[in-house]
Amino acid sequence: MTATAHPNPREDLIVCPKCDAAYALVRPGPGERAVCHRCHTVLITPRRKAGMQIIALSVAILVLIVAAAIFPFLSISVGGAKNTVSVLDAALAFSDGPMIVLSLTTAALIIFIPLTRVLLSLYVLVPIVLDKPPARNAAQAFRFAEALRPWSMAEIFAIGCAVALVKISDLADVGFGPAFWLFVCLVVLFVVQDNFLCRWSVWYALGKPAKS
Amino acid sequence: MVRARQAGKILNAKDLGVVACTRCAQVWPLGVTTCDRCGHRVYRRDVKSLQRVWALWLMGLICYVPANLYPMLRTRTLLSVQESTIVGGAIDLIEYGSLGVALIILIASVAIPLGKFMAIAFLAISVTRPSTVSKNQRQLLYEVVEYIGRWSMIDIFVVAILSSLVQLNILVAISPGPASLFFALSVIFTMLSAQAFDSRMIWDAHQWREGQTKDE
Repeated sequence: MTATAHPNPREDLIVCPKCDAAYALVRPGPGERAVCHRCHTVLITPRRKAGMQIIALSVAILVLIVAAAIFPFLSISVGGAKNTVSVLDAALAFSDGPMIVLSLTTAALIIFIPLTRVLLSLYVLVPIVLDKPPARNAAQAFRFAEALRPWSMAEIFAIGCAVALVKISDLADVGFGPAFWLFVCLVVLFVVQDNFLCRWSVWYALGKPAKS
Repeated sequence: MVRARQAGKILNAKDLGVVACTRCAQVWPLGVTTCDRCGHRVYRRDVKSLQRVWALWLMGLICYVPANLYPMLRTRTLLSVQESTIVGGAIDLIEYGSLGVALIILIASVAIPLGKFMAIAFLAISVTRPSTVSKNQRQLLYEVVEYIGRWSMIDIFVVAILSSLVQLNILVAISPGPASLFFALSVIFTMLSAQAFDSRMIWDAHQWREGQTKDE
């Protein structure tokens, strides 16, 4: 890959990224897990057909994110007055003056970062699962998707909704729009997709062609 | 189930003369500076990481002060304008009788941030001197801090939902206060601070104490 000779990686070892414990690499079979003995971080957790399942989940998430962002999310009515908002409206609530920064951050955290992660994971996984050579810059794309992981906060937004609803339930009548239920499904799918993905296997698949 | 096993004592990669990429876990011989597989920077230990941890920690703490002093929500009704801070809003909720929600707010916006400041400070200090807390417990503490830190954003999302939803012209309108900006910044800075911490140092500190191994 690089012009200068790069030393070969040690394929016989696996090192826990959290606590730096080194082990001789033994690949677990499907359904088994390799766990760090010292800090109990899960190192490898391969699943049969995980790739196809993750791709299917990612496509579902993609559709749901777009729909959940656009459709009416919550509605409120007091006396005669009524107001309906979408997730995007909620994210862009802080719109005056310096608060616009906060608006953009919120929109990113609940819609755009999850969306980016799904697109990146599709970009990385589709060629691997179809046994094609990895897409261009797939390794960088996957690294970026992993770096974004803590900043994807859709599930926290969902709990935030519950809190907000209780806060105003005695003040006004609150109704759920279709996007609310889409969002609930979305959160479940996010958790499932995250648990299916074996990062070590993806990296292993991405690393192979560079050496042969 | 567990297959990655090695007889006897578990060795650190550092002592085996290899270095692992923290992003993709590829193992390289010493001297490699960038991971050829994922392009991430590879380092044995990030010596400057503690400085970054403390700098971001301090920024987070500084932002946390105005986040509690300024109002978080401004509720305008026909007759009055009411401003409430984070703690004030939670006290109002208790008075209305919704104890559960008040607890969620207090835990997410007060207990978790304060606990996180203390936990990160403790971890950063503990790797520079002998600690009585076992390395496993400290690793667990670090993982809890990393996992739970994001949940503090819940209050920001509540404010966002309330201020976009409750806009009923003259009847009642809720708008965000300046505290929301500072609170969001505080959460972001503490998350970055926790990420900057190189958790592998926890396991080194232990070795200095036991084996008196010198470290460069």
